[in-house]
Amino acid sequence: MTDKGATIQIYRIVIKATAQAIWGAITNPEWTERYAYGGRALYDLKVDGRFSYKASAEMKSFGLPDEIIVGKVIESDPPRKLVQTWHPLFDAGTTAEAHTRLTYEITENQGGVCTVTITHDVAGAPKVAGMVAGGGDPVKGGGGWPWVLSDLKSLLETGTRM
Amino acid sequence: MDDDNIFKALADPTRRLLLDLLFQRDGRTLKELQAGVAMTRFGVMKHLKVLEDAGLVVTRRSGREKLHFLNAVPIRTIHDRWINKYREREVSALLALKTKLERKD
Repeated sequence: MTDKGATIQIYRIVIKATAQAIWGAITNPEWTERYAYGGRALYDLKVDGRFSYKASAEMKSFGLPDEIIVGKVIESDPPRKLVQTWHPLFDAGTTAEAHTRLTYEITENQGGVCTVTITHDVAGAPKVAGMVAGGGDPVKGGGGWPWVLSDLKSLLETGTRM
Repeated sequence: MDDDNIFKALADPTRRLLLDLLFQRDGRTLKELQAGVAMTRFGVMKHLKVLEDAGLVVTRRSGREKLHFLNAVPIRTIHDRWINKYREREVSALLALKTKLERKD
């Protein structure tokens, strides 16, 4: 028995868009506010640069803090690879857990499509692990990465949300 | 990763069992998965290949081992495309039926 994979979650989707467009949709706040939970992602895209995901007005009305996810850039290779720490401050439970490690990989395939792979190492963060896996109601914040990626695909391919 | 491949992959009970095994604990080797299903190594490999082609399983090398991970994203896109849409209609049909039946009382 091996447990090496037990704390790793992998999410993959194929999107008909350029790698540059996908990179922008992940790292540019003008784009991140248009899909998923609609917060603004702020990245200082250099090693040790700061990352924060700022709550939208709607999220704040539910009592969420101004910065709901924080982290640090580990590796930035636009538009192919982004490695960062990812620490959600949704509530006391997730705030108390270990900082997780998130990797975005974008590879261009034939036919103008890209494969986007998210590898999320959630070692020491079981509450975060449960949240990002999805399976809950997106309206209540339970969509996880499957919902976020599905919505991102919809936005980039059709210009509108699901 | 088109819809046909996903539905075809999900149509087989052994493949659904393999997905359930990965849902319980992700990142397993072929050997571990084989222990959970009554099938030859070759049979399990064939099913995993179908799941991988459909994008439902993603593999990663870890040293000499190949680990299999569940990718739930295609199931989410199927849900958003095919299930959400019809669920609303189903609910309203049931509500209409309820109203109709209750009116007869």
